[in-house]
Amino acid sequence: MTEVKNILLVGVGGQGTILASKILSTGLMEAGYDVKMSEIHGMSQRGGSVTTQVRFGEEVYSPIIGKGEADILVSFEVMEALRWLDHLKPNGKMVINDYKIPSVPILTGKKNYPKGVIDRIKEKVDTTVLNAAKIAEELGNVRTMNIVLLGSLVKAMGLEGIDWEEIIQKTVKEKFVHMNIKALKAGMERL
Amino acid sequence: MKKLLTGNEAVARGVYEAGITFAAAYPGTPSTEILENIAPYKEEIIAEWAPNEKVALESAIGASIVGARAFAAMKQVGVNVAADPLFSFAYTGCNGGIVLVSADEPGIHSSQNEQDNRMYAKFAKIPMLEPSNSQEAKDMVKDAIKISEMYDTIVLLRMTTRICHSKSLVELGEREEVGKKPYNKNPQKYATTPAYARKMRVRVEERIKKLKSFTEETPLNYFEWNKKKIGIISSGVAYQHAKEVFGKSASYLKLGFTFPLPMEKIKAFAAKVQTLYVIEEVEPYMEEQIKAMGIKCIGKEKIPNIGELNADIIRKGLLEEEKPLIECDTSDLVGRPPTLCAGCPHRGLFYELSKKKNIIVTGDIGCYGLGVADPLNAVDTVICMGASVSAGHGAQKALSKHGDHMRAVSVIGDSTFFHTGMNSLLDIAYNQSNTVTVILDNRTTGMTGHQENPGTGYTLQGEKTKEIDIPTLCRAIGIDHVKVVNPLKLEEVKTALNEALNLDEPSVIITRWPCVLKKHSDLDIDEFGDYKGLCEVDKDQCIGCKKCINTGCPALHFDKESKTVKIDKVQCVGCEVCVQVCPVHAIKKVGE
Repeated sequence: MTEVKNILLVGVGGQGTILASKILSTGLMEAGYDVKMSEIHGMSQRGGSVTTQVRFGEEVYSPIIGKGEADILVSFEVMEALRWLDHLKPNGKMVINDYKIPSVPILTGKKNYPKGVIDRIKEKVDTTVLNAAKIAEELGNVRTMNIVLLGSLVKAMGLEGIDWEEIIQKTVKEKFVHMNIKALKAGMERL
Repeated sequence: MKKLLTGNEAVARGVYEAGITFAAAYPGTPSTEILENIAPYKEEIIAEWAPNEKVALESAIGASIVGARAFAAMKQVGVNVAADPLFSFAYTGCNGGIVLVSADEPGIHSSQNEQDNRMYAKFAKIPMLEPSNSQEAKDMVKDAIKISEMYDTIVLLRMTTRICHSKSLVELGEREEVGKKPYNKNPQKYATTPAYARKMRVRVEERIKKLKSFTEETPLNYFEWNKKKIGIISSGVAYQHAKEVFGKSASYLKLGFTFPLPMEKIKAFAAKVQTLYVIEEVEPYMEEQIKAMGIKCIGKEKIPNIGELNADIIRKGLLEEEKPLIECDTSDLVGRPPTLCAGCPHRGLFYELSKKKNIIVTGDIGCYGLGVADPLNAVDTVICMGASVSAGHGAQKALSKHGDHMRAVSVIGDSTFFHTGMNSLLDIAYNQSNTVTVILDNRTTGMTGHQENPGTGYTLQGEKTKEIDIPTLCRAIGIDHVKVVNPLKLEEVKTALNEALNLDEPSVIITRWPCVLKKHSDLDIDEFGDYKGLCEVDKDQCIGCKKCINTGCPALHFDKESKTVKIDKVQCVGCEVCVQVCPVHAIKKVGE
């Protein structure tokens, strides 16, 4: 089968990276891959940085992705893309959600939100930028931003062959299924 | 059927399949989700939050002694709390099989230290198993129960954050219904009085001898022969990282049963490989024992004993290889320190405490540990669960003795107060120090994700229960000055603090308001109503003094261009702490 592929999703607590990774991992499992998923969240509920890592292939050993190992990095927030950039392979793909969440030192005026992050990253790696918040809002619910990003990830990794609609039906509450499927499709189209 | 489960979910499933009927724990990252995932098996298993780990283990011990299969789980520092019963129970042995999970935290993601609890197995002389993925986590609960009953001993199942919180595939099985063994009165076995304990001491050594044979035979410890130039001995998640780096280019001795270690197997393995590496996370637990046998191996001289292990560290340490990385200017990257949530009821107390001069604030383990951080900078110390109250007592006694007028204020949460703070408060009442103890009652166990506790009125399995009244409890312990305040009303907090600091005897202030992230129970709605709303800044009135910013509320943002403060509508819940600190009344509550 395939060599092990590494997917890194990074964001800020509450953005839904964990749900997106859960849907992703379930889909990969049902497609017959060995899958390992790791959440690194510490005290994330209190505004910290959150990452989830998904590794899949014929046989996966370590549950964590090291520096320079991710095939794709999907950043739910701009500054987090820069924080985790060194985990991406030099020829890996970057997907950035053009959405900023200032951290406490920025809110209090002690530090500035870094400028030109996206341009800096674009110079170094194959980067796709999308405004998932806007896309999700247009679809009627800004909270499906995570699924829009999942859609773009699916497209970027060439995983369209998996029946994601069925996985979403199994994973999310019934009343959100339709909305999430729409979000996934939008993400796949906008990439 | 295969499912993708975290190690914690897998352990819970293992508890179910192993026919265990009693399980107890105190919540603590990374172990919390184990009991949460056992709780839904209401028909088969009694699952309880205990007020602390010692109580959790002791109640599981009781269940085991009367013949039920039993289980307790805790984080690494929790085992320190439970160490007392653990060491004695290691002497008595069990009746129904019993497993203790220690979830260790290499890397200190959300703990106060990094301790390798494999040492506890060796110290208490009890068998230990170490899973390296979720499938093993589930299977090893069942293995541990069998070993427990076969060798008449509690078994330690040692996990780490990466095993607890990573998901991998697990084949589910059926539950084995075993019922309860009979209980026969036998104080010679279960009463550790000196005369009996001396005999038990001998039996412990006999048991170790038997376990030494078992560890050589069990399939939990196995060889994986590949090329023999490099041989690797490893256990737990370190084994997975080692396989990631070396794959089939090395041979392995994979250890799942790690106390006692299979020394004969290790010798045989060492004899067949050219270079022997011992790859383990944190302490050289195996390496020291292997080296003590006179076997040459390489371990901690190449792999650090600090922090969480990963494949990169092994690659760098043993192969001196580094992956090429993308280089980019990250000099202006800003950290994301955790912070008290917008609307957190602890904010009001810490804001008032931060303004007080000449006090030492002894803090504790929980969200209110964040009171240490900028911009509140209110808390001076954080030691361990329950230590705030007793450390405050000691500090106050020493200060007073030496004629220093500094005062000690202890802050502790409701769950932590029930955990071990109660004992400390008893010490204050008994030994009379004029400390101020503040119990931050947010009606839940906040930091670990909203578990019930003796103060919330509900059990883990959702039953309504007795709700402990903290003020009454404090009075019963012997504190005469007890005051309950709403921490969102700064004037109330300030008055209570001033009154308490003027007393020459112990006092307690209880700040009672629910955690902002908590789902409100019927009891909460009755008491606190629907208080949430929204605050707004009138930017024409705002003078940019940043007083509100200094409350550390993440919903407030100082806009450098307009030199005024803005409030994020999504985060703000209208707690009105900022309204009260604004000197020019530029902030108002606008919606209910």
